[in-house]
Amino acid sequence: MGSLILMIIGLAVMAAGYLVYSKFLAQRVFKLNAAFVTPAHELKDGVDYMPTNKFILWGHHFTSVAGAAPIVGPAIAVIWGWLPALLWVTFGTVFFAGMHDLGTLWASTRNKGRSIGALSARYIGKRGANLFLVVIFLVLLMVIAAFAVVIKNLLISTPGAVIPVWGAIVVALLVGVAVYRMRWPLVPITVVGVVVLYSLIVVGDRMPVVLPESTLGMSPATFWIVALFVYGAIASLLPVWVLLQPRDYINGVQLFVGLILLFGSVLLATLFSATPPEIVAPAINMNVPAGTPSMIPLLFVTIACGAISGFHGMVASGTTSKQLDKETDARFVGYFGAVGEGLLALGTILAVIGGFKSVAEWNEIYSEFGTAGVNAFVQGGATLMQNGIGLPASLSATVLATMAVLFAATTMDTGMRLLRFVVQEAGEAFKLKIGKVPATLIVVVLGLGLTFSQGLGGEGGLRIWPLFGTTNQLMASLSLSIIAVILIRKGRNPITAMIPLVIIFVMAFWAALEQLGSFMDPSNPDWMLFALDVIIIVASVWVAVESIIAMRNARNLPPEHEDADAELTAVREDV
Amino acid sequence: MESLPPGWRREKLLRRWSAFSAGLHEFYVGPYRQMFKREKQDEDDLFMIAVLGEALGVPDPAAYYTAELMPAVWENFHTWHRRIGIPRSPLDHIGCC
Repeated sequence: MGSLILMIIGLAVMAAGYLVYSKFLAQRVFKLNAAFVTPAHELKDGVDYMPTNKFILWGHHFTSVAGAAPIVGPAIAVIWGWLPALLWVTFGTVFFAGMHDLGTLWASTRNKGRSIGALSARYIGKRGANLFLVVIFLVLLMVIAAFAVVIKNLLISTPGAVIPVWGAIVVALLVGVAVYRMRWPLVPITVVGVVVLYSLIVVGDRMPVVLPESTLGMSPATFWIVALFVYGAIASLLPVWVLLQPRDYINGVQLFVGLILLFGSVLLATLFSATPPEIVAPAINMNVPAGTPSMIPLLFVTIACGAISGFHGMVASGTTSKQLDKETDARFVGYFGAVGEGLLALGTILAVIGGFKSVAEWNEIYSEFGTAGVNAFVQGGATLMQNGIGLPASLSATVLATMAVLFAATTMDTGMRLLRFVVQEAGEAFKLKIGKVPATLIVVVLGLGLTFSQGLGGEGGLRIWPLFGTTNQLMASLSLSIIAVILIRKGRNPITAMIPLVIIFVMAFWAALEQLGSFMDPSNPDWMLFALDVIIIVASVWVAVESIIAMRNARNLPPEHEDADAELTAVREDV
Repeated sequence: MESLPPGWRREKLLRRWSAFSAGLHEFYVGPYRQMFKREKQDEDDLFMIAVLGEALGVPDPAAYYTAELMPAVWENFHTWHRRIGIPRSPLDHIGCC
């Protein structure tokens, strides 16, 4: 019964957030105006700027921001007990993520669809914009290294997922050919694609692939990581229609199926199962394993996506704002997009606290900080699904592992593609023209270097996960400070942006300082992470100072008049 | 009560189906629309260079054939030379700007 109650409470808080708080934000703070001409109409070109139905736009926005992070973060954070994780996910979604995502979407729409980087140059200054590139580079590098390790762990712990995960690539290739070469209609292709994907899961479950101790002279861990990087490099170099586009699409459809299965299972298992899920995890874990960092501030950076994430602001201002049909749609697309991610995080929490049979079993999984992660989600969720919809546990585990791996893989190769662009851009700054293939090679070398920096098992990849959280939250606080500056310029009360801004900034900064101490530990120093952390800390201070100066300047200027946004010069921005 | 025309249910169903189908299509192509445009633009640029090679001073053995295609590319000539970073027309006999 406990899981169902928590699910209902979580859903109720998020529903209230959407119905009440987002309405307040939309009407009183952002004053969304249906008559405002959005960039999608003003700069309409049928390519980047295109008015889009709000439900479809929500789908795009949600699937773009949903990666493996809302699964990994909460699954790890439950080590401090389910209550803190649940509170941070629900209230974080309502007051932090919703505000941040809706705010960045609104700010970009009001500024002719400019990205958050361009907005930071306008409102905080050129230095803010440069800092942004550094932060983006670090975030992307951490994403590809961490996700390679996450996928490797899943492929080893759930060998049934090997066939569906690699088979999904073949399915995507065939979908791409069917749509673009054969010109077959999309609806039957979608149905067949999803059915084939799920059949592969059944096949994989029957034929688990366990690698021998040495494959091509490498251990299974090393082999999978190298294979993933080779795959990512090829995928990021292929034309988008061949693999990337159909795979993202099938993943998007699968994401919705997965969410329905998970929540449906909790409901059905509680109502009809002979063994309803009981919460075995403690509400607040007083006996955390040795080596676990303190809950405050680490909880706030461990659960990034699913509560607040700077990456969402990049997507909201990068592509979503250019497709917004009416300004009032921003409430549904931006705020409800954050709620979607919150739901995924809530589903994860339910899986990792209610899916184990005993406290001892739970303690075994959570015996060390950072080891539980996605594996706990897969194991716990599988038990829930077995009780709820009657799927055998091993098959359910394969379903969930495939889902998690596909998300992580999508994010990984998109990350590699984006990082390649950053490398090429950085090359241009030094008057060097770096081709596609050399740039990808640089990305692969950097990524593999980071992943293997702690040993051939890929330990370096996951150790940086808390750093990913810190950097990501830093990006979120930068976006929130831009929103605050704009609100001040418009003579409106910036308090709804300031409170999450201050909290998330303090937590991210504090976490970064704590980690700095642990990286200097004389018994096990880690100078590479130390250097990365120093960069992040310097960047945080930089953002804070720049933002405070910008806010003070904004306060001294006379308030903008109502039509100030409409009078801005329209500038198209390449995305 | 006003009677509904025969077949309205079928028509409504068809409309819904086509809206669903269009939505699914948009969900498929939307995120990558811009990348496709960029790739098509690259192809068009290559084609433009092939056609205008001779006029731009690059010896072209196929000039006899490509000259025939010139009228087809004039329309896009101005946007093309601006896009590749030449602010004014590189060809003396074309005064597009």
